[in-house]
Amino acid sequence: GCFVFKPSTKKRRLSDKTARDFRCTSNDSEDTELRFVTCQSLWNQIKSETEQIQENLNKQLLDNLVSFLSRSHSDFQEKTTEWTCRMKFREIPTAALVLGVNVTDHDLTFRGLSDVLQDNITPYVALLEAKDCPGIKNLMQKLMGQLMNCDIDVDSLEDEDCVQVSQNRIRCSMPSLISWYDSVTKKTESETPSKKRNSSSRYWQSPPVVVIFKDMESFTTKVLQDFIVISSQHIHELPLVLIFGIATSPMIIHRLLPHSVSSLLCIELFQSLSCKEHLSTIIDKLLLTSRFPFKLGEKVLQVLINIFLYHDFSVQNFIKGFQLCIVEHFYSQPLSVLCCHLVDIKKRVCSLSHDQCENIRRLPSFRRYVEKQESGKQIELLTNDSFLKEETEKLLEDLHVYHENYVSILRCLHVFTSSLPKYPLGKQIRELHCACLENRVWETEEYESSLQLARMLNKTDLVTMLQKCVEILMSSSGKKFDRAVEKLKEFLTQFQNLEEASQERDVSVSPQKELQKKTDLYHLQKTLLELKESRRSKKLTKFEMLRFEVVDYIDSLVRRYLVPADERTLHEIVYFNAAAVLRGHLNAAPRTALHTALNNPHWYLKNQALRCDGGGISNKAPDICIVYKLHLECGRLINLVDWLEAFSTVVMAAEEPNADAASSDQVDDVIHARFIRAVSELELLGFIKPSKQKTDHVARLTWGGC
Amino acid sequence: MSRPEGMRSSSCSLQVKFVPDEDVLKHISDDAGTRVRKDKAQLSVSVKRFVKKLENISDNEAQEILEEKNYVAALGICAPDPVGNGSNISGGEVYSFQTPKRSNKMAELASELAQTPEQNVAPDHSKCPEKMAKTPQNSKMFLLMHVFSLLFQNKKKEFVSTTPYRLRKRLAAPDPYLESESEYSASCSEEEDEDEQKEVSTALSDQKTPAKTKAASTPPPRNSLAKKNKEQKMSNLVEEYFEAHSSSKVLTSDRTLQKLRKRRLNQQTLHDLLKNAPLAYAAEIRDLNQQHESLFSKWMLQLHLGFNIVLYGLGSKRDLLEKFRTSLLQDSVHLVVNGYFPSITVKSILTSITEEVLDHIGTFRSPLDQLEFITKRFKEDSSLELYVLIHNLDSQMLRGERSQQILAQLSSLPSIYLIASIDHINAPLMWDQAKLSLYNWLWYETTTFNPYVEETSYENSLLVQQSGSLALSSLMHVLHSLTLNARGIFRLLAQHQLEKKDNPSYPGLSFQDFYQQCREAFLVNSDLTLRAQLTEFRDHKLIRTKRGADGVEYLLIPVDDSTLTDFLEKEDEDV
Repeated sequence: GCFVFKPSTKKRRLSDKTARDFRCTSNDSEDTELRFVTCQSLWNQIKSETEQIQENLNKQLLDNLVSFLSRSHSDFQEKTTEWTCRMKFREIPTAALVLGVNVTDHDLTFRGLSDVLQDNITPYVALLEAKDCPGIKNLMQKLMGQLMNCDIDVDSLEDEDCVQVSQNRIRCSMPSLISWYDSVTKKTESETPSKKRNSSSRYWQSPPVVVIFKDMESFTTKVLQDFIVISSQHIHELPLVLIFGIATSPMIIHRLLPHSVSSLLCIELFQSLSCKEHLSTIIDKLLLTSRFPFKLGEKVLQVLINIFLYHDFSVQNFIKGFQLCIVEHFYSQPLSVLCCHLVDIKKRVCSLSHDQCENIRRLPSFRRYVEKQESGKQIELLTNDSFLKEETEKLLEDLHVYHENYVSILRCLHVFTSSLPKYPLGKQIRELHCACLENRVWETEEYESSLQLARMLNKTDLVTMLQKCVEILMSSSGKKFDRAVEKLKEFLTQFQNLEEASQERDVSVSPQKELQKKTDLYHLQKTLLELKESRRSKKLTKFEMLRFEVVDYIDSLVRRYLVPADERTLHEIVYFNAAAVLRGHLNAAPRTALHTALNNPHWYLKNQALRCDGGGISNKAPDICIVYKLHLECGRLINLVDWLEAFSTVVMAAEEPNADAASSDQVDDVIHARFIRAVSELELLGFIKPSKQKTDHVARLTWGGC
Repeated sequence: MSRPEGMRSSSCSLQVKFVPDEDVLKHISDDAGTRVRKDKAQLSVSVKRFVKKLENISDNEAQEILEEKNYVAALGICAPDPVGNGSNISGGEVYSFQTPKRSNKMAELASELAQTPEQNVAPDHSKCPEKMAKTPQNSKMFLLMHVFSLLFQNKKKEFVSTTPYRLRKRLAAPDPYLESESEYSASCSEEEDEDEQKEVSTALSDQKTPAKTKAASTPPPRNSLAKKNKEQKMSNLVEEYFEAHSSSKVLTSDRTLQKLRKRRLNQQTLHDLLKNAPLAYAAEIRDLNQQHESLFSKWMLQLHLGFNIVLYGLGSKRDLLEKFRTSLLQDSVHLVVNGYFPSITVKSILTSITEEVLDHIGTFRSPLDQLEFITKRFKEDSSLELYVLIHNLDSQMLRGERSQQILAQLSSLPSIYLIASIDHINAPLMWDQAKLSLYNWLWYETTTFNPYVEETSYENSLLVQQSGSLALSSLMHVLHSLTLNARGIFRLLAQHQLEKKDNPSYPGLSFQDFYQQCREAFLVNSDLTLRAQLTEFRDHKLIRTKRGADGVEYLLIPVDDSTLTDFLEKEDEDV
């Protein structure tokens, strides 16, 4: 069933194959090359950025692990009392690494970990996965294979052949591992001092052997137990350290291993960063920044976040989705050539072709913009290419400025909303971002209620928030915020003054005191009513006035800067909005597609004869649809004869009724054949299977119908 | 069900249609009649509020519900594009529950479909009122079925698509004294339909009636009504499921294909017949395929960017992939795997890579070793590139956990580009998160409506005469190498078996009887000779022996009757 095809001639063009694909697809414009290059460079930038982020986030964890490892066997050589004491109990130092449920991201962490270890601690690192180790034998084999291979890397292949004797023939057992370890460490010691020096600067005298179990939960208990017991017997000869990668909770160690075994481990727990925080950082660094010209639209972002939150918690998949967005955007939008950094815009706009100019004119947002201009300018915009280019450049620059301002103000708003009770606008900045992108945030109910809540903040909170806002605005590059910063600072000083003023002012005679006086019910009621009156009409205190002012000012900032992106002109160039496409590719529903095709073939085959309303189906539908529809009417078992008869009834009716008796026998055979085909197709699709319960019956594998 | 005819026929025109959950919720709340909604325009908002109000939910949870709503909304958003899948269909329709059905239902539907006139389409029951009048039992059944299906559909929809888990859990809490009057109202948004359904429900469930009258007199509080609704539905759902699956008795007719007196078609004639039969909607199918073909270069791009592509949708995707191969992959090394081939294994795939692509001669101890070797080679030599096309990645032979693991690892190599197709409805279940991330799929819907010609040709179809010729020839072959007496013995057995072919519980010929017959025919002279002969037959798998309940040995030829008849005819010719 496998066929290999090799090209007859060796005319493989390896260079820029991908670029060619990109080119031949979008035949509409000559900018494709540039687009592709932009796309690639953007993606590479983003990729390196994400890697950087990942590294930074893991740094803490890795540092902790490294120090743990270096501690664990530092006294192997010296054989200090403490060490011998520990050895007496045969305890293996173990790091339990709690990584969270996003299994797909673990690989990257482990790769980083093993790199760090090989750089700093020891060349002897083995990564084991459960699927490779069904038994203790396989485990040992795998372990030794990895250790001996890495040995080659270290002392650079002078005795390659002797190691190449291959792990297959070496008996895989602990003693042979120990003898190998001895020989290797001896060799490094006996080697020329000069060479040894630089190696010893990196490693300890006798580096520990680190064994990493990537997915501890999926290992067979027996294998793990055996391995731990065996290696604990030899711990005094071999400085072994175990690292367990755990996806669930540390409790699993004790559930997998009985006490007798787990007492052989000296476990230290390490917690990795939660994937949610990771995602927040990624969003913060990739989306809420003006560094990258490419932006995600609201729906798209929502889809990506939902896939993350509801399906896999995988940051890798999120980034993959992001990559897909970039590719799709540059591939499908010819104007995406303008989706570049500010410095390049001028050049690129100038070199736009006439077709591209037409493309710009066709953008809905641009048309809206044109309609708002006065008639003279409208004509210019629609007819004069060079004028249009100038205008486009200006608009793009505007868009860029808008982004810068948007991000800063968004962060300021987040400072306010994230501390409100009940979080009407969401806890995370990404929720706020989505809300702002979706529509005018100040028109939403949630915003209204959060403003109301903000009007009730106490002074200390308000002051700290204002200070934070000032910091954010100061750090942003936009110059527009000078005034805003000034204003906020002014508020701050006013608060300060207020404080001093309030200290001076004495507490006035509190109305409560009057209440304390003995009085009858009628009078009490009266006084209370009066009090209420007076409170309503009472002038606001200075603080309250100021608070209102602050909130109003923030509100004005929001209204000014947090305009949703799709109200901006030319937003199509930098925003990717095809959420449906993205969802179709990443979060597909194959069964729904099958269902639609079988129930409503007209969706795909645009033929009037197939048209039908309601839940029914035309009798002219493809055979498989009819057979499917008929089988829905049955229970668990289906009689093939009945089925065939029903099918032929339908099909005969659909065909011309003039099919006379003469050819009926032959027609019958054809229908029979078509029926057979349709049934076996249904079997292939997994709707039915042959059944032995009754002769000539098939069993349904799905339930339900209609 | 004693209602005037007119009413019934009007109820028959009731149609199964999609009712958005918002409507359903709104309907429930309106029914309760406690709160008049002011802003009907902002329906979604009001629904959210309603959900909030359902019980005094802590705000946190409310938030979650809102989020989930948003989630569903976001995922449900799909611009209607021409090729797009029908993702506007909610899960409830796809995964609905089974209703216990009558055996004659299929015939009924068939006749109904047959009756529908040329242009039209939807099975409209109002068109055949006289038929219904004639068979009241049937029509009642029919009506009930419609109502049931309607209910189930909606129930399911609520459970699957929108109802957040927490809400569901809360709703599952029992509320003892309330009976829901509008139990069926949730399933339909139209007022008059509801009336009909109530009638039906009365007729349906006697035990509900007293409670119902009670409910009618005291209008139930709004919240618990909805709660009750769901609770009721949930329990019904469970009961119905087990009802449908527990009964060992299956109500189907006893007709068999043999009684149909229709010869079984063999593979060849089937193929010929289908070849001559015109393919319906060829033009539309061609249009559809052309749409998919326009994506080829995009696929190439995405393959090169590190994604792998999986195609799904009804219809054989073999031709499409073939076209992709011939149009774009001519200049590069590529491997085509026919997953539907019954003897394909992962090992053979790996071997063809190592032997033919990498030109490596030698064997490997296990597929894992082989995979490691391939990985190493591809990593060393960056100029190596391989396109792998797999037809039916979800076939019987490849769907195993280990096979998928290996294929996933293979596909994760940066210079191996995988493009595969899946057909089985449950195919995505073979992949867990780890495998999915290795595969790095991009899903493409390619509904082609092409017949699965190649894919089903290997299938052990029930209706196709299977392996008859092969069994016959082997039978003849073995028999010819035996002595004349032995052939006679076998003949006797075969004849006897054919005589009894109408008896489905025929256990076989008992040894004693057989011995008697053989003796009478002067074929054997002793018990022992016959036994020796039978042993020989058994070694050649010509017969099977079975010990009955009474300890008697029964002999049976494990070949189907038609083959046996053919065999006897051939034998007669020879003799």
